[in-house]
Amino acid sequence: MAKGLGRRSLLRFLGAGVAATSAAGALAGRGAEPVAASTHPAVARGGRLRRWAMVIDLRRCDGCQSVGKPPQCTRACIEGHFAPQPMEWIEVYEGHLPGGGTQFIPTPCQQCQNAPCVNVCPVAATFATPEGVVLIDQQRCIGCRICMEACPYDRRFFNWGQAPQPPEALFMEYDAEHQSPAIKGTVMKCDFCPDMARSGRLPYCAQGCPNNAIYYGDLEEDLATNGEEVVRFARFIATSSAYRLKEDLGTEPRVFYIPGHGEAAGRSPFKRGRLPTQWPWQKRVRQGAVPWTR
Amino acid sequence: MDTVIGVRPREAESAGVESPPLAVPPEWRARLERRALAPLAGTGWRYYAWIGALLAVIGWAIFAYARQVDEGLIVTGMRDRISWGLYIASFVFFIGISHAGTLLSAILRVTRARWQLSVTRMAEFITVVALMVGALMPFIDMGRPDRILNLFLFGRWQSPLMWDIFAISTYLTGSTIYLYLPLIPDFALARDRLGPTAAPWKRWFLTTAALGWTGSPAQRHLLDRAMTIMMIVIIPVAVSVHTVVSWIFAMTLRVPFNTSIFGAYFVAGAIFSGIAAIVLLMVVLRKLLHLEDYITERQFVFLGYLLAALAGVMVYMNVSEYVTHGYKMEEGVNFHFNQLMVGPFAPLFWSYVAGVVFPALIVLFRRTRTIAGIVTASVVVLVVMWFERYLIVVTGLRVPLMPYEPREYFPSWVELSILVGAFALFALLISLFAKLFPVISVWEVVEHRGPEPRWQGTAEPASRAARPEVTNP
Repeated sequence: MAKGLGRRSLLRFLGAGVAATSAAGALAGRGAEPVAASTHPAVARGGRLRRWAMVIDLRRCDGCQSVGKPPQCTRACIEGHFAPQPMEWIEVYEGHLPGGGTQFIPTPCQQCQNAPCVNVCPVAATFATPEGVVLIDQQRCIGCRICMEACPYDRRFFNWGQAPQPPEALFMEYDAEHQSPAIKGTVMKCDFCPDMARSGRLPYCAQGCPNNAIYYGDLEEDLATNGEEVVRFARFIATSSAYRLKEDLGTEPRVFYIPGHGEAAGRSPFKRGRLPTQWPWQKRVRQGAVPWTR
Repeated sequence: MDTVIGVRPREAESAGVESPPLAVPPEWRARLERRALAPLAGTGWRYYAWIGALLAVIGWAIFAYARQVDEGLIVTGMRDRISWGLYIASFVFFIGISHAGTLLSAILRVTRARWQLSVTRMAEFITVVALMVGALMPFIDMGRPDRILNLFLFGRWQSPLMWDIFAISTYLTGSTIYLYLPLIPDFALARDRLGPTAAPWKRWFLTTAALGWTGSPAQRHLLDRAMTIMMIVIIPVAVSVHTVVSWIFAMTLRVPFNTSIFGAYFVAGAIFSGIAAIVLLMVVLRKLLHLEDYITERQFVFLGYLLAALAGVMVYMNVSEYVTHGYKMEEGVNFHFNQLMVGPFAPLFWSYVAGVVFPALIVLFRRTRTIAGIVTASVVVLVVMWFERYLIVVTGLRVPLMPYEPREYFPSWVELSILVGAFALFALLISLFAKLFPVISVWEVVEHRGPEPRWQGTAEPASRAARPEVTNP
């Protein structure tokens, strides 16, 4: 035992390895420090953290065919967030039903609890808050776009150029919870409006929906509202057979869907098409800022 | 001067069946030294013209990049739904051809093959230069290049991009050391041979780089040890590099990338294109520097065999990949196969398929198993492997994730300029290396092989080549 690898020296070796690894980990762990989302997380009664979540009732969503306008959730979101053209942070897709006809699927960021985008970000610019909301710190983002490859819902948007935003957006103080003013060369997406929720308001999309199809609430307190009625979250999604998009991927979204094709708003599944989204400030953007296409 | 480089044939037992150790005639050796050191000794106007032309192209690419920094990535053809394009495809391509050096100078050196010794230096050039150029591409692709330090301030080891940074920087460091180690005796040789005729800066450079090499047994022993360690260490590093390059794709939830074969597939493709790159560089430098005596048809044919073998591996990888996906036809695969095989990418895809099989056919027939044939095959392989990288990135991202119309992607003039600039940078760095370092590992060639045995026109072992019916005049 004079030479060779004894138990003692092996342990010493492993110990050194562990120490080196944890030193490296501590260095890398700087990425976990709190970033630009400055506000304290919201707490429910009893001091427990809020866990924001959403239910979208597709039975009520007719892609705003009945009001004859572009989708009003998207419009409200764009006007509230100054989302640059062509970003539709909540986008109303028209999906095909298996038996023919179509349904409209308003799709915000799904707020995955096993978020692929958070996993792949090399600098922790995309992060999950204690409330379970996935945000982006655009002041840290390096624009590598690997999160856009990783997102399976096509919910991430890049500032390819100087973002076409109205002047009022440019005077805002930047915060990851509202993302304005947009920063060229960084990624943006739906931020789930936790700042609004903390002050007792619904997200812009839920406010904008003329059919009250979007419920927003707190899984911890088990309540959600669409602005018209208040429901018990768990009971509501259980009794209405709610599902989540691409459940099989294991991303654990916080956005639930109740199956439907706008029947509660009187829509026939065979009435196709929705009006294209418009950006109201097209003529008021700063010089040199041009919209692009997706 | 014999003390400068030992000429004793060491390891006579491993010198290879086809080339028994031969006494090296002094005039043969002097000629080899003259040929190998010629670029270091003098520079003609053609060289400056060539460098000037390359610098002009690179200057144009820098102008294009300046436009990109100024206006943002909007000047490229990329958009949200195909958000990686030419840059990342070129990244994969260049990192791929960097595997030339590892294969030739590490894997073959470990197996004690000797026929490749006259081209190992060139292969190591390619490795280092391709890594430098390749590693540049993701930074060019960044939306915020000014925040590059964030990678070090806030880096997360959980991110596949971080794995790339670790792996590529390790590989670049390792292969630079591995390029440098066998260069030390050659620097010493150049130092002694060029002597007072060389410019002062050149003398200073060679003396410094030679690290006081005298060829003493102690130094020989150290160099031997160091090279053995590096050649073994560099192999797993090289394999890991291209594996993690594939993982920036395979770690995403996208159907075409969702396969466990991706790492191995990328490594195989890397070695495949790496061999093609070394063949191309060999033929160019052989012609320009008159190295016909040291790089013979033998080296080309042996590399042709390797190319054909890797072509077989590539066919196997592609069959595994496409059959396991295609048999089940999961959602998204149908779209993917359509766009590849009959849709807009069909010309690129089928030329890729043909180009993978092509080198095997070239090598199969004796009539085409010539320098010209193998160089042609290599050019084809390089082109189609570039197509393949492009197809992986662009078609993989093009498969719609949600009900939307698939986007089209065309590289813009900025992207194309930067691509051309990247190739020019590659050529420039190779040209500079060839001017500063001997392109042939003189001491190794002298030691391990001596004069090239008369090439019989076939790359079979000597015992079989001796049979009269296979001898070619």
